[in-house]
Order: sequence, then structure tokens, then C-alpha cells
Amino acid sequence: MPAPPCASCGKARAALRRPRSGQALCGACFCTAFEAEVLRTVLAGRLLPPGAVVAVGASGGKDSTVLAHVLRALAPRLGLTLHLVAVDEGIGGYRDAALAAVRRQAARWELPLTIVAYADLFGGWTMDAVARSTAGSGRSRSCCTFCGVLRRRALEEGARRVGATHIVTGHNADDMAETVLMNFLRGDAARLARGGGLGSRGEGGALPRCRPLQLASQKEVVLYAHFRRLDYFSEECVYAPEAFRGHARDLLKRLEAARPSVVLDLVHSAERLALAPAARPTAPRCLLPLRAVCVQPREDLWTGSSGLPSGVTPQRWCPPTPGLSWCLCYGGAVDSDLGRTAEPAWIMIAHLAAPALGRWSRECTCPAHVGPPLPTSQILC
Amino acid sequence: MVWQVLEGLSRDSAKRLRFVPGIVYVDEGAACGRSPEDRAKTLSEARLVLEAVGFPHHEVALEEVFSLPPSVLRRPAQGPAETQAQGDYKAAVDTFLQQQLVLGAQDSLPPAPGEGQLHHPQGLPGPQSWTAAQTQALCRLFESVKTLTAREELLQTLRTHLILHVARAHGYSKVMTGESCTRLAIRLLTNLALGRGAFLAWDTGFCDERHGDVVVVRPMREHTLKEVAFYNRLFAVPSVFTPAIDTKAPEKASIHRLVEAFLLRLQAQFPSTVSTVYRTSEKLTKAPREGCASGPRCLLCMCTLDIDAADSATAFGAQSCSHLSPMQLPPLPAEAGTPPTPCCPPGPGRAQGADERQDAQAHFLEQLCYGCRVNMKELASLDPLPPYIQAEAQLRSQRAWVRREIQEFLIEDGGDGEDGQS
Repeated sequence: MPAPPCASCGKARAALRRPRSGQALCGACFCTAFEAEVLRTVLAGRLLPPGAVVAVGASGGKDSTVLAHVLRALAPRLGLTLHLVAVDEGIGGYRDAALAAVRRQAARWELPLTIVAYADLFGGWTMDAVARSTAGSGRSRSCCTFCGVLRRRALEEGARRVGATHIVTGHNADDMAETVLMNFLRGDAARLARGGGLGSRGEGGALPRCRPLQLASQKEVVLYAHFRRLDYFSEECVYAPEAFRGHARDLLKRLEAARPSVVLDLVHSAERLALAPAARPTAPRCLLPLRAVCVQPREDLWTGSSGLPSGVTPQRWCPPTPGLSWCLCYGGAVDSDLGRTAEPAWIMIAHLAAPALGRWSRECTCPAHVGPPLPTSQILC
Repeated sequence: MVWQVLEGLSRDSAKRLRFVPGIVYVDEGAACGRSPEDRAKTLSEARLVLEAVGFPHHEVALEEVFSLPPSVLRRPAQGPAETQAQGDYKAAVDTFLQQQLVLGAQDSLPPAPGEGQLHHPQGLPGPQSWTAAQTQALCRLFESVKTLTAREELLQTLRTHLILHVARAHGYSKVMTGESCTRLAIRLLTNLALGRGAFLAWDTGFCDERHGDVVVVRPMREHTLKEVAFYNRLFAVPSVFTPAIDTKAPEKASIHRLVEAFLLRLQAQFPSTVSTVYRTSEKLTKAPREGCASGPRCLLCMCTLDIDAADSATAFGAQSCSHLSPMQLPPLPAEAGTPPTPCCPPGPGRAQGADERQDAQAHFLEQLCYGCRVNMKELASLDPLPPYIQAEAQLRSQRAWVRREIQEFLIEDGGDGEDGQS
């Protein structure tokens, strides 16, 4: 049976049916329609003003590849300058191949590429090392949480290095739907309150981020990559099966089978969630002493607008000594609701965010500090 | 829940409840496709249990939605009960207690403000108040909806309207439903998936006052299903099993079933899942995000509409735009029944009847919130819907049309100055 003609141009034979509307379109018209929709999202949401220097978070996967390609096509119209920023988490056997794909793309599109490695930024800690250390404590499922938090920081760092004004990531509608489900299942009201719109303004000195592909479904992203013959890396991260997101993804797949529009329905729900003011994220809190995370600060991280107060020199921390507890206080903001966020990832973030936010104090006033008093040089406060 | 109310009202309980209860039992057998004999048997079993409890009870069948008035869908203006200050509550309770004392002597009493009223304290089964034609109409309605998800949602909506009507007719000011913690957690995730994220606080919160005079409360929301099951077993609470619309349906059949299976499976792995989801629901507020308080309300679920036509950088905008590009929706303000005016762009040889039906359907959908819209899109035509929904839809679309005609002459209250007319 011959394929019907394309519903848009009427000339070529239709090569696909759009998942959302069931329209039959030829390859070229579909790609044009996809790009037009992304453009409309960017313009209607006022995400990227003209003249912006945009850092595209490139992981080598299909979403970031499609994002980079579409933005490159739209860059003249929107007046943007693009840079690719790739993050090397140090996951052996996975990230190297993905980075090779990113390098090929950068060469083909002639876009400048910057690679930021966890090992450089976070004092020798790669994701493999984090996974090993959390596996011992029985929290092997949470290494993906650490990776997400650290990657955000690394992307921020890479964007700053290239002088970007905005960060874009390739999250699509399915990612947003999974995130909403996951946050509800984990009771993460703070993230729910934050995650509804198309992007965040950037608090505390962070760069504004947005997700231009947020309203495009995953199937359409794959179709676009197929019709534009884009070369991307399609394997799953080795730690992905243990992630909690897997449950949400599984549920979403089944829901989609029952009702195809459920992805956009979830995104709509996420946009319209109304959370009580008390549930919104508060100032960072004091953290409990935990098994130490060794972070080696670098001189260039301290320079810039944040700087250090006088009399404080960046310390060099040793690798963790077994049995030694470290307490990391952050500006002395103590919350009575302790104990819920006792994740090492928050320690890392507090440490890394502290310079940017410029809040330092020499003395640890945390009442939750447990154990013998530590010498000042070993306390990051 | 009925048992708990019974205990709470008994003379020897420590904190006696202070209201007068009645029980409503809705027979949904027609929607589930049961035979009349089965339904009669279940009804008599239920009647036995209800009579043992001793409260006045009302049995209604789902077919009676076909004889509901359109006023069910209208939110009445704020009654005097709502504008009472806090101090009047005590006065109302005192009045009520006095009335209870003299209840034995007198027959009919004026309704006490804000409290339920005892009405016809007999539970005699009346004659069957529905006809076979209505049963058939109900079956036709449910068959015209294709997916089980939409069917369940439709059933929920009709049941709510019916209970509302019964409550209003008999003067009850509050409706208590027996949803447990587990069921509410499932309902929360289901409503998320159906696009009702804006209304989660109403659908799963303790008190739901979107219907105006009748408030729906959920007193059992802190108890898990397991606790309820244990309670029923330990205290030998009689119950009647009736098959529901999704009994024996495969797991993948509807979103409700999927979410239920998923959540219960996850609960087995992470025992705090249900309570986590429930706690998250407590953090939801009823205030709309942008602060636009009084917009038009959805026809079916009576929540403020969460569709913002002007904002296209949203999920709704993305869906509507992808539909507009190949075909243009004719912007006809005409109501259903009148022939299309000549300003309609010529479609490729469509019959006039089809045009009218599509317009009527488009206008109907416009009056619904996002979640109801997605459900009602599955209806091929509006005919099987009960007359009260169709009448109210027509009335509202006519009002909207009239308003559009005179929009330029209206002065908005609290707008931008005296001569700021658009």
C-alpha cells in the first residue's frame, strides 16, 4: 500500500506519523515542524535573549545532540553564540565512548567544545569512586543522586569558563514527566516547587538554565535524529539500573500504553502544581557529620566575584582518615529539621557553593556536631 | 467509616460527635454491566447492613443522573452559613443540641444553619425510581467512551453529581467519603497523570469546598487500607462486596489500575512510599499559582479552569498548536442547533450536520478544565450525555457568546480607570 502524501507540503510521500497528532508527514516537513515548535517555545517563554552566549550541555546522547543541532540551525535567527560543554564523570567504559561522540559532533559542526572532568573539579573523585564508597555503606542506589548534583555544578563551572550567559540542557517531555513522578514518590516537595516551569532564573549567582526541548516527546526527538541522520551515543549508563528513576520510567512507559497523551498531561500537571509556601526551598542547612568527602580546592575556583574573606586561605584537605568525622557548616543556618538531607552530595554542594555565595565563618557553631572538637584547620565553615 | 461514625455518636464515647448523619448508597450496577437480578440482590444485602446501623439512608441508582436538574452544576452563591464568624459556630451547636432534645415531641423542624438535618427517619425502600430506558441510556453512555480510564473518570463525576444532588435535596451540608490513605495516594498519582495537577489539593485534601454549599470531607484519610481491613475484621464490621467498573480488568486497561498496581508494588519494596506520597499531598495548597482567583469554572468538576489560552509555552499550548497547523478551527460563536453562519471557512465538502456537531463539541470542550477535556475528547458526540450536562453546557456557551458581543461596552470593576474600556 503506497504511503499517503505528506499532510503539510502535499508533494512528497509521508515517511512517518507524528506520535502526538497522528499526522502523516514527510521527513523534511517533520524536521521543519519540530524546529518551529522549539523556536516557538524559546520565543514564547523568552528563554534566550538575542546576543546570549549559550552553553549547551552535551553528553553525546540523543537529547543533547538534537538540542545542539536545532539550536545551531536557529542560532542565526535568535542571535545566539553556542558553545558545547561536556562533563566527564569518570565512569569507565561508558563516558569515554560518549565523549568521543561529542568530539566528533563538535568537529562536524565547528562548535567550540570544553570538557570538564569531575576528577579535576572535585579533587580526584570520579563517579566510580563515589559508587564504590557508597556501595560499602549500603546506599548504592543514591550514587545517581550524587552524579546529578555534581554534574549540575560541573556544567556551571564549564559554562563560566567559556563565558556563557545561559545554560541549556536537552531534557525532553518524558524526562520532565518522570521527574514529577519521581519527586512525588520521594516526597521531594522542594524540587517539585522548583521544577514546573521551562527553566530556572538561577539563584545565588548561578546561571539561568532552560530546557527548550521540554515540550517535545522522546519519540519525536528520536525521529528527528533519525531523519537528520545525527550521530549520537545511545547506550545506557552502567549505574542506571539502580537508579530510582527507573521505577518512574517504567510506570511512565505503561501509562503511555494506556493513554498516549499522558506525558504532556504530566507536564501540564507539573506546571500547575500549587505547593504551600512552607514547602518551598529554604536556605541551605547545617549538615550532619558524615564520612568525609575529600575535596581539593583549586585557586581558580576562588577567584572572581566571590573571593575569600581576609585571613582565610584555601585549605588542602587530606584523603579521609577512617573513623574521622567532619562537620561542614554552612553559614551557621541551623534548621531543626535535620537528618533528612544527610547525603554526601549536599556536602559537596555546600562546599562548592560556599565560595560563590561568599558565606564563610571560621567557627563551627553547629549544635548537631557530634564527636570530639576538631581543629579549625580541618573544618570547612 | 459508618461504623466509626456510629461509635462516635453513641452515648458512651468520650468525645461525642455532634452531627446528624444520613447514608447514601449509589447503585452503579448499570455502569458495570450487571443484570437486574444481581443488582437487586446486592441492594437487599446492602439494605440489611444499613438498617442494622439505624441511620436514615437513601438508595439511589446511577440512572437517576438522567433526571438531575442543571442546577447541580451551578455553584450557589455563598450562603449565610459561610459568612458566619467563628463565634457563631458555638451558637449553632447549642441551638442544634436544644433541637435534639425536643426532637421526640415535634415532627418537622426548620433547618439549622450549617448543620445537617434529620429528614424522614424511615429507610423504607421506595419503588424503583428509574426506568429501563434510563438504564439503556446509561449503558449507551458508558459504551460510547472508549477507554476504561475515561469511563472510570466519568463514573466518578456522575457519582459526585448524584451524591451532591441527594445531599442538597435532603438538606445535608457535608458529605463524608471513606477514602483511606492508600486510596488517596493512588488518586493523587492518577490525577497527576490525568493532567489534574492544579486541583490535587481539592481532589485529595481533607475538605473540598468547590461545590459551594455542600462540603466534601474525608475523615478517613489518615488510615491505611491495611488498618481499615484489620479494623473491619477485629470488630466484625459487616460489608457487602459489589463488583466495580474495573473489577477483573487487566492491569494495563486503565491508568487507575496501572497506578494502583505500581504503587502497591513499590510499597512492598519501599515501605514508606504511600505515606510519603500522602505527606506530599498535605503540602499542596488550593491557591492557584498565578493568583488569578475567580475565573470561569469547569463544567464537570467545578474547579477553576487551568487553561490559559494566551500562554503557548506550556504543554497545553504545544498540543493545541500542533492541531491548528493543518486545519483551522472555525471561530464560531453560534450555539448548537443554529445553522453555521457564512463566515465559516469552507471545509472540504463537509455536511452541515457534522459542522454543527463539531462546533457543539468544541464549545463543550472549551468549558472544561484540562483533565476533563482529555477525558471527554473520547466521546464521539454529546448525545449520550445526560440532559442536565447538555443543558448547562448550552446555557454557558450562550452566555459566553452574549458576553463576547457586549464585551466592548462593559466596564470592568477595579480595572484601569473610569474610561478604560477595551
